[in-house]
Amino acid sequence: MNGEPVNVGPVIEGPANEGPAQAGGAQLPAGRDRQATVLRLGCLAVLLVIAAIFPLVITNALYTQFAVDTMIYVGAVAAWNLFSGYTGYISLGNAVFFGTGAYTVGLLTKQWKLPGGDIFALLPLGGLVAALVAVPLGLVALRVRRHTFVVITIAFFFIFQLLAFNLSFTGGNQGVSSPFFLWSAADYNNPFYYVGLIIAVATISLSWLIRNSRFGLQLLAIRDDEDRARGLGVRTMRTKLTAFVISAGITGMIGGLWWFFIGQALPETAFDPLFDLTVALMAFLGGFGTLAGPVLGALILEPLQQWIGITFTNGYTSDIVLGGLFLAVILFMPRGLVPTGAEFVTKWRVAQARRREAAPGGSAPGGSAPGGSAPPGSPTLGRTGSPGAGTPGASTPSTGTPSTGGVR
Amino acid sequence: MGRELSEAIVDGILGGSVYALMAVGLTLIFGVLDIINIAQGILVVLGAYLSYVLSVHLHIDLFAGLLVTVPAMFIIGVAIQWAFIRPLRGRERTSMSLLATYAVAIIIEGILYIIFGSNYVNLNASYVTEGPKIFGFYLDYIYIYGFLMALLLVLAIYFTLYRTPFGRSVRATMQDQTAARIVGISVNRVQALTFGIGVAVTAAGGMVFGATSGGFNPNTGYDLISRLLAIIILGGLGSIGGAMIAAIFMITLEGVVDVVWSPSWSVVVFYGALVLVLAFRPQGLLGRKAARAQ
Amino acid sequence: MTALLRTDAVTKSFGGVQALNGATLEVEEGTIAGLIGPNGSGKTTLFNVITGYERVDAGDVYLGDQRITNAPPDKVFLAGIGRTFQLTRVFSRLTVMENMIVAAQHADRGGRRLRNPLARAGGPATRQRARELLEFTGIDRHAGALAETLSYGQRKLLELSYVLMADPAIVLLDEPAGGVNLTLITTIADRIRELNQRGTTFLIVEHNMDFVMGLCDQVTVLDYGTAVVSGPPDVIRTDPRVLDAYLGTAEDDDDIAVS
Repeated sequence: MNGEPVNVGPVIEGPANEGPAQAGGAQLPAGRDRQATVLRLGCLAVLLVIAAIFPLVITNALYTQFAVDTMIYVGAVAAWNLFSGYTGYISLGNAVFFGTGAYTVGLLTKQWKLPGGDIFALLPLGGLVAALVAVPLGLVALRVRRHTFVVITIAFFFIFQLLAFNLSFTGGNQGVSSPFFLWSAADYNNPFYYVGLIIAVATISLSWLIRNSRFGLQLLAIRDDEDRARGLGVRTMRTKLTAFVISAGITGMIGGLWWFFIGQALPETAFDPLFDLTVALMAFLGGFGTLAGPVLGALILEPLQQWIGITFTNGYTSDIVLGGLFLAVILFMPRGLVPTGAEFVTKWRVAQARRREAAPGGSAPGGSAPGGSAPPGSPTLGRTGSPGAGTPGASTPSTGTPSTGGVR
Repeated sequence: MGRELSEAIVDGILGGSVYALMAVGLTLIFGVLDIINIAQGILVVLGAYLSYVLSVHLHIDLFAGLLVTVPAMFIIGVAIQWAFIRPLRGRERTSMSLLATYAVAIIIEGILYIIFGSNYVNLNASYVTEGPKIFGFYLDYIYIYGFLMALLLVLAIYFTLYRTPFGRSVRATMQDQTAARIVGISVNRVQALTFGIGVAVTAAGGMVFGATSGGFNPNTGYDLISRLLAIIILGGLGSIGGAMIAAIFMITLEGVVDVVWSPSWSVVVFYGALVLVLAFRPQGLLGRKAARAQ
Repeated sequence: MTALLRTDAVTKSFGGVQALNGATLEVEEGTIAGLIGPNGSGKTTLFNVITGYERVDAGDVYLGDQRITNAPPDKVFLAGIGRTFQLTRVFSRLTVMENMIVAAQHADRGGRRLRNPLARAGGPATRQRARELLEFTGIDRHAGALAETLSYGQRKLLELSYVLMADPAIVLLDEPAGGVNLTLITTIADRIRELNQRGTTFLIVEHNMDFVMGLCDQVTVLDYGTAVVSGPPDVIRTDPRVLDAYLGTAEDDDDIAVS
């Protein structure tokens, strides 16, 4: 066992902590956290490899179908989080963009009578239309208070669902159907899976980039104190709208993907009231506003949802179970997995450090601050305070992130 | 046409009063607890089903049955608040209460489906299908009774709010929770009771709704809650007067569009009106222009 | 010589309450000005009006020769007026450094339009300046900590620091000494003096008389929304009108039993 002292993250004070400032303001004491970062990147790489080879290894069509659904939700949640998580404006109307993307792609496919193969090229178009639709919607919705915002997104949702029912070109009750099978039935799900994976990974990467950028900082400032942010010169409307439109565009693309996968868009399935609720729940389960949280939430919840749907064949019972599950998550893990997990890890590490110090000839804190380790009682402050400033790029809840939490 | 139009307007006002009752409960809950009770829609349906059971299986008159259903719904409301809303803490409390009440709604809907199935049912009584002829219109008695009851209950709410000590506590809590606590108001109790009241009025509203809707089943809850939400937003969150005006206005508008244009578009107009109003007046008709973006 | 900041007969009422009633105030450049008055006299309202958080009913606000009446808060900030709040407003879920960077938005406006929006937040120059300011106020050690973990006093220092990021010509401080311990009060006073020597003008609202009298060159007394008297601390301290403002006039005390 190495004699290296454990990095207890938030508690170390003193000049030794002044390392080169990292993106997002987190500081990097040499050595120890380079280790943590490598660990994190390693986990990420492993996950990506697993994700990439999954359908090649597990060929059972049922499971790959689960996988496609999961990828769709991972992407949808990441897109939702990009706006709602960062600005704090909870949107329960993203189904609008999902459905718009689905219908766009579906109608264009019918119109242009496309054969199989190049269909995925239409996805960006679906995303574009959704993004364009988001502009006027956003201009209206983003001027209101947060409470009102949620409801107005719900109102938009109902309007769009009704439009889908009533407008002639959307096919009314019949919706829009895909007329063909695209490729061999054996590996049918795989292309969808990979496209979904690409979209999801791209969205998560974009989220990470945004988180550390000037744009992202503005969004987070808006979340914390919008008026103050505006008073300091942040162009709040423009910033919010940009995030809103980006989120909508990605969601639209995913809707398009979904249309290809399911082969049919009906008003009630393309504009599904449970979609937004599920997405929001996944985000809260994982940790609202963090980077990894929503993804984790989707990875857990979507297969779970599918499993419930299969186990409880009575649709109503499965609804009850689902509702109960939602409640349990909200009541018992309000901050979500990632922050709770992070706090747990920090507490564990502190306990370790304390235990180590208690041992005779305890470790010399080589590289840690001259101030020594923290006075007991202060460690859990600092980073674990809120799900807000997620650890950039983290896909595992290890808190290598060193931030000084020197509270007096 | 003119005749149909006037009838639509009158129907709208009468029907709107029932929606007003349910909307007042919802906006009251928001004002005092700062949460949006998504379950309000399905609770209306639950109230309707309760009336249904009393009416069909126990042959109790619809209005008389309210003596049972209203207290029952009150208790259910308090229970829901205590079990699922009160424990919520933290910065995202409002959003989480939204999800929590949505989850509760799903559960209640599932239970109702299992008990009653998906068939449409109706509340019936002599006065539902009969009515006087006033100024050449046929008006079912139920509408008149419903309107009167709504009026009575809203007046009762106003009276409670403005003339009783409890009402004072409620208004204080609406203004400032912390200050209310400081002067000794048990905010927890006020919140629980207010939630109960807000839900209890749905029992009354549910009964009239069940009698006049032309058939309901558990799925009706979705439509209801989306309308109620639109109404309270239009009226201004937390404003009781606003909720009433908005309810009557929107239901009447929808009824008129129904007649003048087409039924399938009336609903779009309903929500479109909300969006339009918010585009020009983000705080709703009677809402206060609070500090933006809470 | 034109004052740096001037309000001219500003009037503002909220419903039935007359918060400001012809308030006229002048702050000379390079000075530390104090604004005192009993509770409810309109001090914070005046601040709000100057910085654009409230609109005036009548009157004007001038920054130098520029008329900034009713300008929105961001324009006021960009024009060179910084402001802190009675209840400190920091971005709680951002780190201290990130708070500083947000306040540097001004550096990015009016610049080249096609800036890369995904660029890392805060360029080296911004971070350098932020670090200097944080060192100046003494909280640089917490640069990586979330703002919400800061103590009350540290938050006040943070707010002051980020307001200074824009290098304002004048800083409005709303009760900077409120609720902090003695050592910190002295630190704050020292910092203000230092900044003043480097050229920043200050207008300070305070209830702590020692703080105000020891720090300010010029003190204005506000009562019922009007500037009652204005002058150097020694003069103000002994002016009977000030006593009146705080304690009420002798006639008002007639029916109160004097113990």
